[in-house]
Amino acid sequence: MKKNSAWAGVYMALVLVLLYLPILVVVLFSFNGNPGRTANFHFEGFSLQWYRALFDPATGYGQPLRTSLMVALWSVALSALLGSLGAIGLVRRPVRRSILGRVGNLALTLGEQIAVLPIMIPEIILGIALMVLLTLFGIPFGMLSLVLSHVAFCVPYIFITVRGRLASMDPGLEEAARDLGATPLKVLTTITLPLAMPAVVSGCLLAFAMSMDDFVISFFVNGPQTNTLPVKIYSSVKVGVPPHVNALCTVMLVVVFLIVAFSQMLQSGKLRRQERRDNRDGRTADAQD
Amino acid sequence: MPQNKVLLSLRGLRKTFDTQEAVSGLDLDVYEGEFITLLGPSGCGKTTTLRIIAGLEMPTAGRVFLDGEDITRLAPEKREVNTVFQNYALFPHMNVWKNIAYGLRMRGASRAEIDEKVPRMLEMVQLEGFGRRLPSQLSGGQRQRVAIARSLILSPKLLLLDEPLGALDLQLRRQMQQELKRMQRQLGITFIYITHDQEEAMTMSDRIALMRDGRFVQLDTPKGLYEQPRTAFAASFIGETNLISATASAVKDDEVLLDISGFEVPCACEDWITPGEQLLISLRAERLRLAAQPVNTPCRVTGELLESQYAGSERTSLVRLPDGQVLHVRSTTEGEQVPDKGSQVSVWWQQTTGVIVRDDREENQ
Amino acid sequence: MKPDGVTGRFQRSREALAFPMIAYAAVFVGLSLLYVIGLSLMTRGEDFSAGVPYTLDNFARIASPLYLRSLLQSLRLAFFTALFCLLLGYPFAYFMAKASARARTWIMLLLIVPFWTNALIRIYGWKILFAANGPINATLMAIGLISRPLKLLYTEFAVQVGMVYAMIPFMVLPVYSAVERMDWAMVEASRDLGASPARAFLTVTLPMTLPGVLAGLVLTFIPSIGLFFLSDILGGSNTMLWGNMVHNELLKSRDLPFAAALSVVLLALTGMVILIYRRMGGRAENMVF
Repeated sequence: MKKNSAWAGVYMALVLVLLYLPILVVVLFSFNGNPGRTANFHFEGFSLQWYRALFDPATGYGQPLRTSLMVALWSVALSALLGSLGAIGLVRRPVRRSILGRVGNLALTLGEQIAVLPIMIPEIILGIALMVLLTLFGIPFGMLSLVLSHVAFCVPYIFITVRGRLASMDPGLEEAARDLGATPLKVLTTITLPLAMPAVVSGCLLAFAMSMDDFVISFFVNGPQTNTLPVKIYSSVKVGVPPHVNALCTVMLVVVFLIVAFSQMLQSGKLRRQERRDNRDGRTADAQD
Repeated sequence: MPQNKVLLSLRGLRKTFDTQEAVSGLDLDVYEGEFITLLGPSGCGKTTTLRIIAGLEMPTAGRVFLDGEDITRLAPEKREVNTVFQNYALFPHMNVWKNIAYGLRMRGASRAEIDEKVPRMLEMVQLEGFGRRLPSQLSGGQRQRVAIARSLILSPKLLLLDEPLGALDLQLRRQMQQELKRMQRQLGITFIYITHDQEEAMTMSDRIALMRDGRFVQLDTPKGLYEQPRTAFAASFIGETNLISATASAVKDDEVLLDISGFEVPCACEDWITPGEQLLISLRAERLRLAAQPVNTPCRVTGELLESQYAGSERTSLVRLPDGQVLHVRSTTEGEQVPDKGSQVSVWWQQTTGVIVRDDREENQ
Repeated sequence: MKPDGVTGRFQRSREALAFPMIAYAAVFVGLSLLYVIGLSLMTRGEDFSAGVPYTLDNFARIASPLYLRSLLQSLRLAFFTALFCLLLGYPFAYFMAKASARARTWIMLLLIVPFWTNALIRIYGWKILFAANGPINATLMAIGLISRPLKLLYTEFAVQVGMVYAMIPFMVLPVYSAVERMDWAMVEASRDLGASPARAFLTVTLPMTLPGVLAGLVLTFIPSIGLFFLSDILGGSNTMLWGNMVHNELLKSRDLPFAAALSVVLLALTGMVILIYRRMGGRAENMVF
């Protein structure tokens, strides 16, 4: 039953081709020899001219790249703290019967719902909401406003990933640790956090990608000196279409591909090693009994 | 066993979850060095009791005393009590060595102390050389040993074991039973052991607390529980027994004369029995004897042999009494003479075999 | 045994860990959205401000043909986006889950790379493809199907293609994880009990993977309404999504209360969709992978 026909393979290949078609076009046109500086959709021979243009400081991609990286790093670090602690605090809440207990539980549930709201509502709403709120608070638009806003939508990714991991963890482990003399704080640092760590890391990766990729929210809250990379791309693409954008996109694609491929390799390599060890030790373990 | 000093006392312990009462008023004294078992069907409240003693659960009412000190509200990490959990609860991200050293580390023990004690523990549970394995790389029996070593390394005053052998196969179970008993004697630590396996409870315990619906039904030595069950539930939970209804026809001194299906049978009396009362008598199936001819003893009845089944070392016979009650008789097959099916046979026993029990059977429904 | 095992005091201090996250979300998500709702009831003030008197005029203004047309167009595009994503993405996810572990790793990799790549870049590729002198028109003219270039760019069609393209990973991933979690023995059991492959799919596979489908529909439908940059790039001035309206009112007309009112309409729409999603048993967890 669990087998695909040849048609399934053809179908998947077709969808993947469609998925990559625009990307391949971008890569191809990044090597376009046509010297036209705008709306340049005609391919005329191979050239690296747009890469040279891209890395020319005058084109001005250094600052947006730095801004994007800084915003992503800060937001992910803060979100990791807020989201992980939130998940640890809110996973497996006890049923409370008292009036006060019920009100408390309701408040926590409501807080949890609000915290995950950013992944469900359209980005433009959150973008506008943050823009008006930051104005109300008198926070100047720049790095600070960007980080504060990115944290708002990065938290749910980390929160949900970590909570899922913790929910599948045996609650007996924390009890066993306390039984063996660990204070609640020690339980957190020696048992709960180490076990949640893989989920924290994958949540952070996801949040990092979301932060680097975000255009809409950054568009509303960035300052004059702090264009993020997507904002800069948007302004380039919207007005004319300077061909060095193709080169930029190609570079970004290569970076993403390398990161994803590397993490996949790391993961499958780890899996294979683990399997080998399990097989070997499994046999000796059985022989022991 | 010599009556040592009391180590643990439970007084009026109660625990209610939502609207359901899991533990309803327990009193218990556990002596130092004792191996005591909480035995009962699942859902009888034994695990909850254990968790209250460990501090993992707060009782709704009642107190827990350890060494005379009230520990009811003490946090689990501050109690000199350790637990071996049902599913072991080994820390999956730590190897065997770190699992065992965990308690010492939490106490702030020195590196030297850890390096000295952990190998000793590994040796005691026969896991030398396994220190660097992860729990996922161990067999069930090995995990069990790590869980025990992890708790014992702290030399607790009291070790709680929650069905520790439940996940093991029969052969390994037997072996681990003996090992646990050996360790307990060797270290002199008090064990409170939970099981629903009556055989395990019988072979390992100094005393058994038989539980049902959050209460102790009977607290006794294995022998006392088997020979002198006080209720129908206790009699039938351990071993195979016949619960036969009878009427008290006459009470004199410490003996009562019973009318069992028209036969007059003497039996040891309980002080709560009044003449004319309907009673329940427990007769262990393997303590009954079957004879083709009437035997000259006061404790005997006669009935029709309904069924007789050979099962190797034993034979199970069913005998129907005149009032329709059926007796199960288990007899050895060595040199047996089997009466014909349908014939009238005599069933007899020693007077001490018959035990009058309280009828608590309906409560369970 | 009971999940609420560890003592009450510990639980309370543990829940306190979630306080920073909840407080942050309450301010930057909860409060900011409430503020937008408040703004929508105010009157436009001097230079990008809002003030008393409170009024419903902003909402009355929305009930005009211009905005209703935009709303209908947005909903139509979002609806077809979700539909096409389902039709294209479900089989893909289904086949992917049935593929061998090795193939799965590769397909996942190929799927994630575009997902991790900036949405602007991917859409920009379509702009090249659709251009009057771009590759599609060039190819069609070369094989003689058309004599003059088709107008592809700056049409609703282009926006629709771009939307499906941008959103399809959000359908594939939740459906994939639902199909992967499914127990194939159930499909075999239904075949064994006499169901045809089609009936087995309709009566077992589809209901079992419904949570993934629902999450995918929500994740493709809601963002589509707000994707103003997509219609900016591919639709030009011909496609005015609700997101474009909000964007224009805010940054071109600088009418804060009116932009807020437009956002509130979108927020209400989103709330309705999420409510329906919850009613049908959907959970936030199914939205993060």
